[in-house]
Amino acid sequence: MKADVCLLEVPFEPGATLAQFAAGLPQAGGVVSFLGQVRGGEAVEALELQHYAPLTLPGMQALAAGVLARWPLDGLLVWHRVGVMTPGEPIVLVAAAARHRRDAFAAADYTMDHLKSESWFWKREKRGGQWHWIEPRAQDHADTARWGA
Amino acid sequence: MARDTVRLVFLGRLADLGAPPAVAPGALADLALPEGVLGPQVRLALNGVLVAREGLVLADGDELAFLPPVSGG
Repeated sequence: MKADVCLLEVPFEPGATLAQFAAGLPQAGGVVSFLGQVRGGEAVEALELQHYAPLTLPGMQALAAGVLARWPLDGLLVWHRVGVMTPGEPIVLVAAAARHRRDAFAAADYTMDHLKSESWFWKREKRGGQWHWIEPRAQDHADTARWGA
Repeated sequence: MARDTVRLVFLGRLADLGAPPAVAPGALADLALPEGVLGPQVRLALNGVLVAREGLVLADGDELAFLPPVSGG
């Protein structure tokens, strides 16, 4: 089984994407999903995600392969936006389908933790007409460390 | 005169340092780079593959990317 991993330069519709993913996996007993969207408030006008093509998508594909090797999943979807987005716009959708819910929960959680801390994305926010880079957070690395090697 | 044939790519906040200079093939240690580009947390990718900076030598047509820590968040 191959994961559905996409790097998108245009907006996507997470509801329809998730519905199609689940509909194609009738054998799965559970589908767990995470949707990340651009955080509003704090005068955020826009968020830009930059990537490096030779590394970013291959890294996401390697992460997905590791997840499939670690849990008995029926399906795994990892879609991630790049480019400029506005508050409320979807950034990332991760969905894991499995016979039993615990595997799906764990796989989605693991995937998000590693996407956040290890995938080659750089973010900056536009506030008051000025762009500000978002620095790494210690919490992201602590989240990933929960999983061990 | 040597031709400038190595492409440098500054990613994330490093892009704020300005357009990367054009450089000629040779040792990384011999390049004149803007301050901060080779900070201790910056990783390097040579032609799309992560590499160590020690002893790195750039050849004609190479692309060397400078990758600061990812944003997380």
